[in-house]
Amino acid sequence: MSGLARAAEAPRFEPALMQRRLSGTLFYGACLAAIGLTLLAILLLLYDIFTRGLSHLDVDFLTGVPSRFPDRAGVLPALVGSLQLGILLAAIAFPVGVAAAVYLEEYARQSRLNQLLRTNIANLAGVPSIVYGIFGLALFVRALGLGYTLIAAALTLALLILPVVIISTMEAIRAVPPSQREAAYALGATRWQVVSGAVLPAAAPGIMTGTILAMARAIGETAPLILVGAVTFVTYLPGPFEGGYTVLPIQVYSWAARFQPAFQEISATAIIVLLALLVVLNVLALVVRVRLSRHLQW
Amino acid sequence: MVSEVSPEAMGAAHGSATPPAPEPSGRDRRAHDPRARIHLAVDRPNRHSDDRDTIVEFRDVSCYYGPFRAIRDVSLAIPRHEVSAIIGPSGSGKSTLLRTINRMNDLVPTARTEGAILFDGVDIYRPGVDAVGVRRRVGMVFQKPNPFPKSIYENVAFGPRVNGYRGNLGELVERSLRRAALWDEVKDKLRSSALALSGGQQQRLCIARAIATEPEVILMDEPCSALDPRATLQIEDLMRELSERYTIVIVTHNMQQAARASDMTAFITMDESRAGYLVEVAPTLTIFTNPEHRLTEDYISGRFG
Repeated sequence: MSGLARAAEAPRFEPALMQRRLSGTLFYGACLAAIGLTLLAILLLLYDIFTRGLSHLDVDFLTGVPSRFPDRAGVLPALVGSLQLGILLAAIAFPVGVAAAVYLEEYARQSRLNQLLRTNIANLAGVPSIVYGIFGLALFVRALGLGYTLIAAALTLALLILPVVIISTMEAIRAVPPSQREAAYALGATRWQVVSGAVLPAAAPGIMTGTILAMARAIGETAPLILVGAVTFVTYLPGPFEGGYTVLPIQVYSWAARFQPAFQEISATAIIVLLALLVVLNVLALVVRVRLSRHLQW
Repeated sequence: MVSEVSPEAMGAAHGSATPPAPEPSGRDRRAHDPRARIHLAVDRPNRHSDDRDTIVEFRDVSCYYGPFRAIRDVSLAIPRHEVSAIIGPSGSGKSTLLRTINRMNDLVPTARTEGAILFDGVDIYRPGVDAVGVRRRVGMVFQKPNPFPKSIYENVAFGPRVNGYRGNLGELVERSLRRAALWDEVKDKLRSSALALSGGQQQRLCIARAIATEPEVILMDEPCSALDPRATLQIEDLMRELSERYTIVIVTHNMQQAARASDMTAFITMDESRAGYLVEVAPTLTIFTNPEHRLTEDYISGRFG
């Protein structure tokens, strides 16, 4: 009797330590392989671009304008166009996106309509950029009569990145603990004072990161810009409401499409310039995040 | 019907055998002050809004979350410049009751409050009363310290700023921090992050932040439950000091805390439908030494449920 009871109660573990450690090691190896492959692909890409393009990178290239002769061609109009586009884009997409996210998170009630709205915004983030190009052509270029200008391009790209800005801002706002809102309300703050004084400052790092990453994506966009009128051969610096602008990805595309090897080389040089611009943006995102989140830790 | 009795008269009024009241110690002085009137649940509704010693009065207050009734017909008077404790089991609606006083429940979309809560004789649920205005006069300290991720100074200055304070902000911040017994620890680092402070310091900062809008009542919702015993005692001493200037209402799970730190204690529990109701309210000493109701006695002696 007592023997039976003991057998039934005896703890039965099968540690299988070797097996558990082995599966752990295998998984670790798989992760390592994944990061290795990613790094390898990036390094190959960078190696290819730098070996072909670095020799053409000089002040003349940065300050020159496109030319029929690859030796004399430069990227100034494209670089300035990309910078202008970035500034216009930020000026449009940032306030609109943040305000929309604040509405959805802080003001909108949990109705079915709003749920539908949220789902659709998430879906919009997955719409191909060329579709935004077609829409921008119809609305901004033609219907609103802005023509093939930088401002029409900025509006089009703003629409493209708005879903991403809205979603990342909503995530950042949702990450602010409810206790922060309660603290502000309990001090006699109005809803707007709660949002502007407590919620947005606490969400700022996340909002900035999301927005700057979305901007970086838009700066690298080509397809929609072809539709809204970016041109490939610009030898002057147009204002935002003038036609005939270009941007770095378009310049890269146009040079890469030529058959002379020299143009393909300066295409690689333009890619280096574009990459440098994106690195600057990403470092900016990092700095802003670190600075803003210095006080943050719940 | 007699709606208020002095502590001395209570035993006789209700015909229960009361042992002679122990000699009041210094700490319990207020509890035995004849001015500290008590209001019994069985005597509601209490009609004495003109009573100068009452700052907040609940009149038949019920709270609902959607169809669920969380609080049932509570009538209760909070005496001015005292520490009042609300005790009761989890889920009995202590926090809900507390949050009716600064209308924080308004922020819950499905919440609804019935009855009247008189603040200095004015019903704060009357149409036309702005909850935002009420909250400046009724401050609140929460269960977990929740300083803003800003500097110590900015934390204290937040309330005065949003309420359009016109005086010397630096002086107000210093005064608030002094009253919260935090000034000496932080005076050299007002510009550094509030989140670098210890838990107990953060909670005292939250008290300073609440004081800075110059409220008359400070609500504390289990303010020590996230703190270690040492920090807890500091906060309890602070409550005692603050009650010279402010009226303190504290919700606590901790019997000892209610016994140590409060002048008056209200015990609420829930009925079969899980609605919280007031069982008994009396000077703290009476509640803990000679409660009138069996339910109260069971709860404070740990025999609840």
